[in-house]
Amino acid sequence: MSEVKRGYIRPLDLKHGRVDMTHGSGGRAMVQLISELFAKHLGNTYLGQGNDGAVLPAPVLNGQPARLVMSTDCHVVSPLFFPGGDIGCLSVHGTLNDVAVMGATPLYLAAGFILEEGFALADLARIVESMARAASSAGVPVVTGDTKVVERGKGDGIFITTTGVGVLPDGLSLGGAHARAGDVVLVSGTIGDHGVAIMSLRENLSFEAAITSDTAALHGLIAKLLATGADIRCLRDPTRGGLASTLNEIAEQSGVGMMLDEKTIPIKPVVAAACEFLGLDPLYVANEGKLIVICAAADAPQLLDVMHAHPLGRDAARIGEVLADDHHFVQLTTAFGGRRIVDWLAGEQLPRIC
Amino acid sequence: MKYIDEFRDGAVAQTLAGKIARLAQPQRNYSFMEFCGGHTHAISRYGLSDLLPANVRMVHGPGCPVCVLPIGRIDMAIKLALQHKVILCSYGDTLRVPASNSLSLLKAKARGGDIRMVYSTLDALQIARDNPQREVVFFAIGFETTTPPTALAILQAAQEQLTNFSVLCCHVLTPAAITQILESPEVRQWGTVPIDGFIGPAHVSTVIGSRPYEFFAEEYRKPVVIAGFEPLDVMQAILMLIAQVNDGRAEVENEFARAVCRDGNRKAQDRVAEVFELRHEFEWRGLSMVPYSALKIREKYGAFDAERRFKMDYTSVPDNKACECGAILRGVKRPQDCKIFGTVCTPENPVGSCMVSSEGACAAHYSFGRYKDMA
Repeated sequence: MSEVKRGYIRPLDLKHGRVDMTHGSGGRAMVQLISELFAKHLGNTYLGQGNDGAVLPAPVLNGQPARLVMSTDCHVVSPLFFPGGDIGCLSVHGTLNDVAVMGATPLYLAAGFILEEGFALADLARIVESMARAASSAGVPVVTGDTKVVERGKGDGIFITTTGVGVLPDGLSLGGAHARAGDVVLVSGTIGDHGVAIMSLRENLSFEAAITSDTAALHGLIAKLLATGADIRCLRDPTRGGLASTLNEIAEQSGVGMMLDEKTIPIKPVVAAACEFLGLDPLYVANEGKLIVICAAADAPQLLDVMHAHPLGRDAARIGEVLADDHHFVQLTTAFGGRRIVDWLAGEQLPRIC
Repeated sequence: MKYIDEFRDGAVAQTLAGKIARLAQPQRNYSFMEFCGGHTHAISRYGLSDLLPANVRMVHGPGCPVCVLPIGRIDMAIKLALQHKVILCSYGDTLRVPASNSLSLLKAKARGGDIRMVYSTLDALQIARDNPQREVVFFAIGFETTTPPTALAILQAAQEQLTNFSVLCCHVLTPAAITQILESPEVRQWGTVPIDGFIGPAHVSTVIGSRPYEFFAEEYRKPVVIAGFEPLDVMQAILMLIAQVNDGRAEVENEFARAVCRDGNRKAQDRVAEVFELRHEFEWRGLSMVPYSALKIREKYGAFDAERRFKMDYTSVPDNKACECGAILRGVKRPQDCKIFGTVCTPENPVGSCMVSSEGACAAHYSFGRYKDMA
């Protein structure tokens, strides 16, 4: 006897079905969506218990209760599917990276889904499968979650919020306030890839070479960097607002200035060309798999070696240094030989007219 | 990037900087106005003034298309979106320009206006085709560069007999603005704004050619060098202007020969002439009413004229009293001379239009160069 006949429940139509209000109503349809889609792909011991929350063991380091790092991130990307990824894997990578740049080893994830009535179940399945792949290759389970459905027109297909918990090794303290004059700024690879991949789809632009998002989980690379014992002051992933915004945040938090060298900032030619075409500055374009490292100058070569040996850090480069500056300016020596400020992004980046 | 990186080469820039320093005579001052916002942007973004000797000064001109748009025109666009409930299509930069009642197109969008950013007039046409039950208005702004695409859109709409598409035409003309500056008392009578020459527009000149500037060179004895928007173009043009000043020449020279010829783009000019005619006068921010300085849609294409279609009249709205955009656009003041620069007026909360686009003199100085004021 088949599963279906036994329970008199028709399985979800993952080919043509759509999310409707009953999927969020708390009734049988919701339970079915959870079991046939979320639990099926994301399933693990914690999720499988089907309780309101997950009961987790408290991490212990050297016989002492360890410090936890917790971070949360909302994902609202449009389009939902883009070259190199989709909102599913992005929502896993984004939160894992936020936990990892604090120096922590990510342990668990929680996921909240806001679905719009009418959203294709086939797309939802693709997204959840992609999340599952990302979580399992990172070795971090999704231990609890929630789903809500909003009426058609009140959401953008799907919004995903993920929360991550990680354990922080003893004695490690990384943060945006720790940069000091004399430190150097490293970046793990080419900048602007994710934002340009998204924008080229949004604006219906096609380029000769495909631009793919760099979305990736960075905790493996970060673990290797931390293992060197090098004097790392701060790690951060330059997502929204790009490299420029992240460096301004750090300069402000640490009360320092920075001087970057434009020639050394890695940018793929196709990304540079697309930005030129769209009237955008790649320094402000989002990344989803890049790392900024602020470290003591003496340790920079060693950290660059580690990055170069890792698949996610092959194009890593030293791009500038930290200076004493009461104005906390991030400045740039242009490839042209002049000097300018790399300012905070004002509003949204909008293309210039001519 | 081929054909771009060559014009941003730091080593060539150093050579040119050396030539400029040798050619500029130490006993005199050189003051050149770059008309275009594109040049202003290049000068600030590449830190070009660091490569110039102290006696060579660049004066920012009024050629930033969103900066010269007066409040009253933005108000009209907002009215179309909020009251007439049209789909208003606009180029990106225009969205943040402050208008009356603390509004901007971006804020009007948050209040429910259907305002969409487009990259091209063709996108606006497509939106009109896709929404036959809605009125779609393209907010057409800019100098001669953006005028031919608007003309094409109107011609295309006429051919397709699109009945729900119209254009709020705010296209302005470069030569009229240059005349206005040269005729201003600060330049002509009092000499408080010394202008020894102009860096002529890049993209505008691809359309109108170099011929229209010959009048300025001859009538006002001001050298004009038409230059591309890349930083090396600008440096080469400065070198050529210094040479003209030293020789006592006032000619039109063309540094941007790779794209500009004397007659310009005749096909584009024909399309523009087919669709548009001169307005008797048009208000510019900073330059006030300038005679014959803008275009309107001809009667023949009146069906595509949003001003006719929605029976709109223009109401002039004065700028914020403390705002010095007007003086800055005429080259009378520098951004840092304005009392509210960087305090009340910032890129996040622009009071005046020069703080909006990165081509605007204030935004360019704030975003790229304000460290110089604090040294």
